[in-house]
Amino acid sequence: MRVVVGQGSCGVATGARKTAAEFEKLIKEKNLDVPVSVTGCVGTCYLEPIVDVYEDNGDMTRYVRVQPDKVEKIVDEHLAGGKPVADQAISTEDEEFVSKQQRVVLRNCGVINPEEIDEYLAVDGYKAIEKVLKSMTPDEVIEEIKVSGLRGRGGAGFPTWFKWNAAKQNKGDEKYLVCNADEGDPGAFMDRSVLEGDPHSLLEGMIIGGYAMGASEGIIYCRAEYPLAIKRLEIAMEQAREKGFLGKNIFDSGFDFDIRIKAGAGAFVCGEETALIASLEGERGMPRLKPPFPAEKGYWQKPTDINNVETLANVPWIIYNGGAAFAKFGTEKSAGTKVFALAGKIKKGGLVEVPMGMTLREVLYGIGGGIKNDREFKAVQMGGPSGGCIPASLIDTPVTYEDINKTGAIVGSGGMIVMDEDTCMVDMARYFLNFTRDESCGKCNYCRIGTKRMLEILERITEGKGEDGDIEKLEELAVKIKEGSLCGLGQTAPNPVLTTLKYFRNEYEDHIYKKKCTAHSCKALIEFNITDACKGCTLCAKNCPVDAISGSVKELHVIDHDKCIKCGKCMDHCKFNAIEKN
Amino acid sequence: MSEKVCDCGCDRAAQFTELAPTLEQYAKVPGSLITILQKTQEIYGYLSVDAINYISECTGIMPAKIYGVATFYAQFRLKPIGKYLIMLCKGTACHVNGADMIEEAICEHLNIQDGETTEDGLFTLNNVACLGCCSLAPVMMVKSADGDETYGNLTKDSVKKVLDEIRAKA
Repeated sequence: MRVVVGQGSCGVATGARKTAAEFEKLIKEKNLDVPVSVTGCVGTCYLEPIVDVYEDNGDMTRYVRVQPDKVEKIVDEHLAGGKPVADQAISTEDEEFVSKQQRVVLRNCGVINPEEIDEYLAVDGYKAIEKVLKSMTPDEVIEEIKVSGLRGRGGAGFPTWFKWNAAKQNKGDEKYLVCNADEGDPGAFMDRSVLEGDPHSLLEGMIIGGYAMGASEGIIYCRAEYPLAIKRLEIAMEQAREKGFLGKNIFDSGFDFDIRIKAGAGAFVCGEETALIASLEGERGMPRLKPPFPAEKGYWQKPTDINNVETLANVPWIIYNGGAAFAKFGTEKSAGTKVFALAGKIKKGGLVEVPMGMTLREVLYGIGGGIKNDREFKAVQMGGPSGGCIPASLIDTPVTYEDINKTGAIVGSGGMIVMDEDTCMVDMARYFLNFTRDESCGKCNYCRIGTKRMLEILERITEGKGEDGDIEKLEELAVKIKEGSLCGLGQTAPNPVLTTLKYFRNEYEDHIYKKKCTAHSCKALIEFNITDACKGCTLCAKNCPVDAISGSVKELHVIDHDKCIKCGKCMDHCKFNAIEKN
Repeated sequence: MSEKVCDCGCDRAAQFTELAPTLEQYAKVPGSLITILQKTQEIYGYLSVDAINYISECTGIMPAKIYGVATFYAQFRLKPIGKYLIMLCKGTACHVNGADMIEEAICEHLNIQDGETTEDGLFTLNNVACLGCCSLAPVMMVKSADGDETYGNLTKDSVKKVLDEIRAKA
């Protein structure tokens, strides 16, 4: 029997380390012979901390939301007594969150211990690279990837085989394979999960890629915000070196390959290939004109291929099971599975991996369980700051690169931020413009100044100072920023504004002409009022920081709108739901 | 590198002894500036003018260029920070789930704004783009010498409680 505690970043954030420590303490106290180990994130973030108890015959009981105070019961009844604690185990409904998925990239996340190479080896780890080095030519590897239909999972969806082939064709004494682990899209965290939960499959994917294109060095450009991911990668690389999977003459094939990590320093624009290369070279991460493409002249002017974490983590599975097996999932043009990060106003937030072509409805309701507090679904934001909002009316759109592009959003790296009726779409657009304005590197005028001007207009609108003509100005700027920007950041920065204007133009008009925010989210446009439900308990008046509420005990209270700063404290403190927002 | 003395007569090497191993390893390796700056910040908490000048002397990179790189990336700070660095996530999921409200609560409770440090030198607040714990939004990470601690599903009250607990412990 053994106990496995999920310790990805989300598990840790909910207290998994304390849970694990409690298990170790109690097991020791009670003299039980049960080892406690670590695994990554299984993806059901909303159930963390998650603890799996494996019997010797391989059967597993999964316990969810195991805070330290729940540990003793599990230790006493299950570990010592041999009887699973039914009321703390995962429900059938929650189990479906995982069982309805099709896991390729996440196959090992939350299953194996990411800090033990033997556990990766036990699930056919490093078999794909063995197969490649013992029986395949680089061209055969590239052909297999072509058959699989794998496209870049980082955003653009460019065919992976094509990039590999381009890097292979370009002659150079040295070539580099760079893994872009600078997961910058706010709202996407699948790469973090792979790095933390299954680092070896990324390493193996990189070694295979290196062989295919003739590179001898791999670099992982990882966000500094992911300290746990960097730690686990370092452990994994050390173990892979010890076993001879990294270094000189791998599997006696004469092929040399090693990998190093470079920590990014926090710049969204570094997701762009040429900016990433500038950053790797220690410069400000500013993009440059393409061509020459990195496949010709990249890192230190050498042929360089850049792939995303999720893309590379697919590779070992594809090689081991064959490209055709991967292409069976998904649609003709969008083959395979894709990981999506469900967050926002969704009941079951977490990571889901599904075959492409599944509809948004199946993902959000079938797996995600629908909207928090059973509110009404309004839109889903896909593709981060480069993407757009897809309205509820298009919920039956299949999730493929082509179909999502048609809506004006993009699949991007796979973030899905779900919004309900309380989310103001103008505010959402403002949020993203604020982000791109901050992250614009400043090289192109339209991106640098245009995003700032758009943001100013959006701020004005959300503050209730919108004017006639603002919408037209936004549209004009959007087109010009797209045309006048060198890289993807600027070219896509206006997308959140354009899609919200396309689907929620009425909200913009309400803000500008009626001075109303229908989502009751923009502070300047809302008003707090006290209803008849008021019992006169005086709590609101006591907590009002500006003394805007008057009324005596047991009498209806009144808010003075001239004084009110709309902080919402009265609403937070009212025990009778007597405060309403209009 | 340790014998290096700067032109003004002061002994910067003595001031930055902890940095010597990093500089020995990276000073002459092209493309290592960001790594050097990261290590410097890890040791001293921020990049001081003296540190930038010292790195410039050891690497031959102009101070203006180092300053350019340091100000380009969100990670680097040019001012000292408090003992506890609050990294408040302002990612999309956190925004939708009320990160602004959490920021208000922190600012009010500690009497500082984004980027500022409390008078007692205990807390610095930094808004960050995304911590990648989106399903636990709103989230913050508190960094200190004791390690990083992440707090999820924050409310106005729970965030104040967390800060009070840290303050009591410190």
